[in-house]
Amino acid sequence: MNARILPYLLIAPVTLFLCLFFLYPFFLVAHQAFTEGMGFTLDNFREVASYWKFSATLTNTLLLAAAVVPIQLAMALLMATMITRMGKGRDLVLYIWTIPLGISDLAAGIIWLAIFEQSGFLNSMMVGIGALDKPANLLTYQNAGLVFLAIALAEIWRATAIMLVILVAGIGLIPKEYYEAAEVFGASKWKQFWWITLPLLRPSLQTALILRVIMAFEVFAVVAALGGTLFPVLMGETYAYQFDLLNNGAAAAMALIILGISIAATLIILRALSVPKGATI
Amino acid sequence: MNTVEALPPNARRAGHYLYIATVVLLCAWVLVPLYLLFVNALSSAEAVNSFPKSAFPEFDLGSLKFFAGFYGILDALKNSIIVATLTMIMSIAIGAPAGYALSRFEFRGKATFRLLILMTRAFPLPLLALPLAVMFIRTGLDDTAIGLAFVHTTLALPFAVLITFSLFSGIPIELEEAAWTLGCTRFTAFTKVVLPLILPGITASAIFAFVISWNEVFAAAVLTIENRTLTAFLLQNLDTAAIHLKFAGGFILVVPALIFIFAVRKYLFAMWGIANR
Repeated sequence: MNARILPYLLIAPVTLFLCLFFLYPFFLVAHQAFTEGMGFTLDNFREVASYWKFSATLTNTLLLAAAVVPIQLAMALLMATMITRMGKGRDLVLYIWTIPLGISDLAAGIIWLAIFEQSGFLNSMMVGIGALDKPANLLTYQNAGLVFLAIALAEIWRATAIMLVILVAGIGLIPKEYYEAAEVFGASKWKQFWWITLPLLRPSLQTALILRVIMAFEVFAVVAALGGTLFPVLMGETYAYQFDLLNNGAAAAMALIILGISIAATLIILRALSVPKGATI
Repeated sequence: MNTVEALPPNARRAGHYLYIATVVLLCAWVLVPLYLLFVNALSSAEAVNSFPKSAFPEFDLGSLKFFAGFYGILDALKNSIIVATLTMIMSIAIGAPAGYALSRFEFRGKATFRLLILMTRAFPLPLLALPLAVMFIRTGLDDTAIGLAFVHTTLALPFAVLITFSLFSGIPIELEEAAWTLGCTRFTAFTKVVLPLILPGITASAIFAFVISWNEVFAAAVLTIENRTLTAFLLQNLDTAAIHLKFAGGFILVVPALIFIFAVRKYLFAMWGIANR
């Protein structure tokens, strides 16, 4: 076969598929959000934004991302540097640390429910050590802080592994010579981390953060399992519009809002961690 | 003077212990919550609902039996497996050729094509289920396994392309060229030389596509009504289901994922690390 046509034949299926199921639906969702009957309208957005829960929904989602992502970044960096120093047992530790990578967000929510529910393990422990006389109902409206904590812990538990794997791969690409040179000049481990690892890890940090932040805005099943309606988030409300209220227009408007926030976050991260042109490892 | 000289080894040993303690602690952070789920799933319904909880499982299959007998669960399990298998087949069948093209050819539009692939990563893809729900009703794909598998393939496809790209790039083109000079066509050179070499990697990325579909909640919940997948079924019954049903369901969701991650652990970095660059 002709070597000039062949590559196009090979990429044609993916291109067609993504046009049909990626680009076209985005056009559709925008269309759905901005039309009412025949004409252009902002009614869907007005409806969504004027709903009394909306500001809580938006704040909750952003707050959760702001609380969870920095902790995960720190944990992932710590774990990644520890892994690269590890000799014996590296494979086992790495397997254990990456287990959550394969676990569904719904399953993660259920796992933390086992700890936080009323007859759960946290209550059992608290009563066992005498901190409580009888099991308390932890995940209720009165304990908004605890609901937030449970959701945040489940999110940190579930999604740190993704950042870890990207960062470990990134650290593996940094040439050993830089560290050897730093060693010669007597730089401490901390200085090596700060002046070699972190700057050279920028591309990986970028991808890890973008992926993770977008996932944080999509948080849905963990919240459904742990907080339910106690802690409304954007994705959960979108689902409610689509399924419980059967309001496609409003659901589409919510989708566009999530999309807008995600794109804004991506651009900010790309800007903040931009890699200078031509600088490669 | 002596103390000053003795300090560094001491400090180093203390640092070493701290290091090991941190590793153990972080392992426990991952494993203990999982263990607690297993304790619940492997205990009888009475034990799960009683208080206080024992820290050890009874190894009673009561909860899991109740789960298996719960109306609609086995169908949901079957649907999950069908959708995940379809996703696996489609994402490899469509994605691998593109990965090959990216690694072997220079062609106009290559940069644009890569951008299209990478762009999918910066979007919250499960949201696509919303407009597709409408489109599927028009085309008769609503509430079908294949319809949901299309959406899950969109999630898995970028990975499939980038992973196979890095796999193919790891195989020198000289091997293929040698096969051509020995009378192979481009196609037979591929099937006889390249394919056997990358088959383990392809399998790993297929498993990965399976897990992506198996775990997905939002699109599954939006696009299925009667033919719910396991995640969608559990989500729908979160408010009403007995608590031991949730834990048994969580257990069934987690176990295949554990096995899959173990099976593909060698390829994790190719998948997440290199595929993300």
